[in-house]
Amino acid sequence: MTRPTVDLRPTTQPPFPRPRPLATFFTRPQVIALAAVLFVNWLLFPGFFSVTWQDGRFFGSLIDVLNRGAPVAILAIGMTMVIATKGVDLSVGAVMAISGATAATLVTSGIPAPIAVAAALGTGLLCGLWNGILVTLLEIQPIIATLVLMVAGRGLAQLITEGYIVTFSDPLLIFIGTGSFLGFPMPVIIAATLMIAATLSVRRTALGLLIEAVGVNRSAARFAGLKAGALLLIVYSFAGFCAAVSGLIVAGDIRGADANNAGLWLELDAILAVVIGGTSLMGGRFSIPMAVLGAMIIQAMNTGILISGFSPQFNLVVKSAVIIVILVLQSPLSARLFRRLPGAPK
Amino acid sequence: MTERPVLEARGIVKVFGQHRALEAVDFTAHPGEVHALLGENGAGKSTLIKILTGAYQPDGGELLLEGQPITLRDPLHGQSYGIGTVYQEVNLLPNRSVAENLFLGRQPTRLGLVDRKRIDAQARELLSRYGLDIDVRAELSEYSVAVQQIVAIARAVELSGKVLVLDEPTASLDRNEVQRLFDVVRALKAKGLAIIFITHFLDQVFDLADRVTILRNGKRVTTQALDTLNTTDVVRMMLGKDVTFEHHPSALAGGPKGAVKVRFQGLGRKGMPAFDLAVHEGEVVGVAGLLGSGRTEVARLMFGVDGADTGEVFVDGQPVSIRNPAQAVAAGFGFCPEDRKLDGIFGDLSVRENIIIALQAKLGWFKALNREDQVELAGRYAEALDIRAADHDMPVKLLSGGNQQKVILARWLAIDPTFLILDEPTRGIDVGAHAEIVRTINRLREEGLALFVISSELDEVVAYSNRIVVMRDREMVAELDGDAIAPDAIVQAIAGTPEEARP
Amino acid sequence: MTRSLRPLMATALIFLFAYMLAVSQQPAMLSTRVLGNFLTDNAFLGIAAVGMTFVILSGGIDLSVGAVIGFTTVLVAVLIMWLQLHPLIAFAIALIVATAFGAIMGAAIHYLKVPSFIVTLAGMFLARGGASVLSPDSIGIQHDFYATVQKSYILLPGGGRLTVVGIIMLVVFALAILLAHRTRFGSNVYALGGSETSAALMGVPVARTTISIYALSSFLAGLAGVVFSLYTSAGYSLNALGVELDAIAAVVIGGTLLTGGYGFVAGTFIGVMLQGLVQTYIVFDGTLSSWWTKIVVGVLLFMFIVLQRLVFRAGPRRT
Repeated sequence: MTRPTVDLRPTTQPPFPRPRPLATFFTRPQVIALAAVLFVNWLLFPGFFSVTWQDGRFFGSLIDVLNRGAPVAILAIGMTMVIATKGVDLSVGAVMAISGATAATLVTSGIPAPIAVAAALGTGLLCGLWNGILVTLLEIQPIIATLVLMVAGRGLAQLITEGYIVTFSDPLLIFIGTGSFLGFPMPVIIAATLMIAATLSVRRTALGLLIEAVGVNRSAARFAGLKAGALLLIVYSFAGFCAAVSGLIVAGDIRGADANNAGLWLELDAILAVVIGGTSLMGGRFSIPMAVLGAMIIQAMNTGILISGFSPQFNLVVKSAVIIVILVLQSPLSARLFRRLPGAPK
Repeated sequence: MTERPVLEARGIVKVFGQHRALEAVDFTAHPGEVHALLGENGAGKSTLIKILTGAYQPDGGELLLEGQPITLRDPLHGQSYGIGTVYQEVNLLPNRSVAENLFLGRQPTRLGLVDRKRIDAQARELLSRYGLDIDVRAELSEYSVAVQQIVAIARAVELSGKVLVLDEPTASLDRNEVQRLFDVVRALKAKGLAIIFITHFLDQVFDLADRVTILRNGKRVTTQALDTLNTTDVVRMMLGKDVTFEHHPSALAGGPKGAVKVRFQGLGRKGMPAFDLAVHEGEVVGVAGLLGSGRTEVARLMFGVDGADTGEVFVDGQPVSIRNPAQAVAAGFGFCPEDRKLDGIFGDLSVRENIIIALQAKLGWFKALNREDQVELAGRYAEALDIRAADHDMPVKLLSGGNQQKVILARWLAIDPTFLILDEPTRGIDVGAHAEIVRTINRLREEGLALFVISSELDEVVAYSNRIVVMRDREMVAELDGDAIAPDAIVQAIAGTPEEARP
Repeated sequence: MTRSLRPLMATALIFLFAYMLAVSQQPAMLSTRVLGNFLTDNAFLGIAAVGMTFVILSGGIDLSVGAVIGFTTVLVAVLIMWLQLHPLIAFAIALIVATAFGAIMGAAIHYLKVPSFIVTLAGMFLARGGASVLSPDSIGIQHDFYATVQKSYILLPGGGRLTVVGIIMLVVFALAILLAHRTRFGSNVYALGGSETSAALMGVPVARTTISIYALSSFLAGLAGVVFSLYTSAGYSLNALGVELDAIAAVVIGGTLLTGGYGFVAGTFIGVMLQGLVQTYIVFDGTLSSWWTKIVVGVLLFMFIVLQRLVFRAGPRRT
């Protein structure tokens, strides 16, 4: 019996980590989309790509895109994994508000900033854990389970701030939002660090594969001996943690905690970033860096609209257009048009 | 029974990809008869039913209704021709009232508003004809499945009225409920309806049906009046075994058995009588029994998919706790489930990942197999099982059924199991893969593995089993060993010997 | 008692209990004046929640509701103040636009086979964006018609005022109850929520019903926008921010199962009133802050989600 299997397997493929040829990276639709948006921005504003060095840090529109995109990018890191398990977390925007409120309230009441930061991150973890418990133990659908915190979360944040916008002048918190490190704004550094850490910790361990397996087929995952419940708890907790980080940045940026507006509607941006990044809402394969790239595409569009003088709300129209394009591309209708008809088994 | 069939299928062919699900099948349904359709899973009966009701369109052959050729677009269209269907999992609306389920889509209205009173009255009147006196305003889901089935039948008959297809309507009914349902069916038969009845309970077939058509591997084996047949004949035709047995008792049974590897003692749960079973090293325990005999339930219990209420499990004489599949995997068990697509494969993951996933789950989150290990493992088992995939990084869903099954088998071999449960490992796969899997089972036995294999293919079970457990009505009714493994013995144990026949 | 009645009864009991509790603390709350204000203040939410009820009953969700309200207020303001149209004509145009918008979303959900929350999310962005493209700033509406409507009310015994917007809401609820429970369309909505497969097999026109449901939801959101416009005399793209969440909460607290198939339009009314009660109580109390509303609503939402899981997990069987 001939065995085409072994012969057809490319033998030149070197072992892990699988290096992707740069060419395939640059032909990814997300990269092309980002390039296109940046190009349009450059046409609108010829100085778009100029980066200057001033007071020990970089300045320029490009840096601004990175900096402004960081909060959503961080949310998208956590959201990617939730969506990979076939779930969704609607509460991250509210959790941002809770985290910012916690940190701001604690520092203004005299607690040392590192403890306040730790408390804020812990609160985010707890919020995520709560979502995870609803999803795993009570088996409530993710969209419904996280809706509870989405509705109540801002109230909780206001409960913490007692309804005021709590402003602070704590250097650490402000540094998180507006400081710089190695010439880059802190949000960018934090987002990049989190992205690398998260990617490594899911890809260097088995977590990534197991999460994808749970998202692809929960029942088969059970039959294969996976402990899906524990994975889901971790994933939702991590999404809560990411939201808390993002909330700290936003609070640090405005030097205050605004329970009403911090992170408002950002959950939707984060979901959009993940979808642009190619992770399917039906769960399964995910890519954290691509979701971050998705967040950058959204921010580049925002910035482009701002510099071209349109009102910022015009963004929403563009965003909806992006969703519509993605939906049409992913729909069964267009799949039927583009399918190459592999000898797929039924 | 009149001469002219009300519904006739001639030379029906249905092809899925490269798989020919139906091969020139003829079928007729006459007014005033109950025509049973029998066959194991994969025989093509559900495909045939879907063609008769309009859910599928045939690739060849034709349908005739009262002598006129018809083409059915969908079940709704079939309904308008008078062909109604009632499915096993009742396809009504559990959240709506009984009356609304009967009248949805054709509610009488007054001044544009639905006339509730009239619906309720008509529903009560309609159901009373079926001997059902229930509160028609209550939600359908508040009633037992038997009542729901009768409601579904009432709706189907009301809307169609010529042919009624009952697709495994009794699967979840108890004996009294079955009788109640049968009374309804007999009354409809007396009214001149043609009834097509699909089930896997043979006694019910003999109880209710006038004629039977048996399908096997997409072909019609026979259509016969039931009074010319007995249970044993039917089982033999369904399983396709005309005494051409390939059993080598000398090579398998009676030989020296290894030590007891796993022992299940008094394992049981609600609705599943407790059983004892020991499987030795180097032994294949085959399970014979028809669909619905409880064979899959036993496997699920063993693997902790359904938690057992009673009983203990011992591996190498040591008690182990098996409350969920993760614990079973930790104890060295593997399970190739019956429904590959639903419970087995991770369609979007690669062949390689599908092979290493159980081992990875067993190793835990932090002991990740690196790519080199994965490639090596996948390569090794792909070669050992002859998995045909152009590339181990391609999604497993693009593979053929046989290769998918081999991938799942490879997944369990990769954890170096002590005990392997295979539920219908060769169903719906091509001949080559079939042979490869049978070869693998034999090889694993020789290597000293303990195996528990469920299969509808009688010759197959016989070919590799040291011992055969026969299941009927959720109980292990016979155990055959050595020379006792004989075709007639198995077929009769499955059918229930004439002496044991139920009233 | 039918299972789906249980959450509704729970809602009704909680409302009565909460109202009595509120009255025992703040006796002034027991008056038609307060009740009248209840209706007026929550009219737009109630109308939008009616549409949301149909969407959720069918097993979907509509995140665009708040945005459609905001868009409608802007469109109405633009038509009246800039194009000098009579308000009634402006209302008609706005309602047609909103309905068409919903129909398109429904068609996208059905034909593109995407989850409703994604499609209506795009709809939300589009409607908010569209509103701010029309006018980024708030537009005040001055028109005699508005003044007349705002001054019209029916005096209730006890000094309460049943305003025009309050009446509109009550009429919408009454018609919606008929639509949901006494028409074929209503049956089809429940059928979709029960099981889309079964519904299709039983002859429910799935495409037409889905499109109609979202068209209805957007129509009612448009009507809620008109009411909001009458209530505030202004059009602003950020009006009614987050109302979709309040509407969803009202529907769920009203006893409708978030996964569809079970529930009552009347329950939504109680859900809206319960939210109004919490708000009114907080205003009356004076020491509590408004954010408590969100927390209480969140807690209620959680309670009802868990309650529904318990009620619908395993139902009793008759034989």
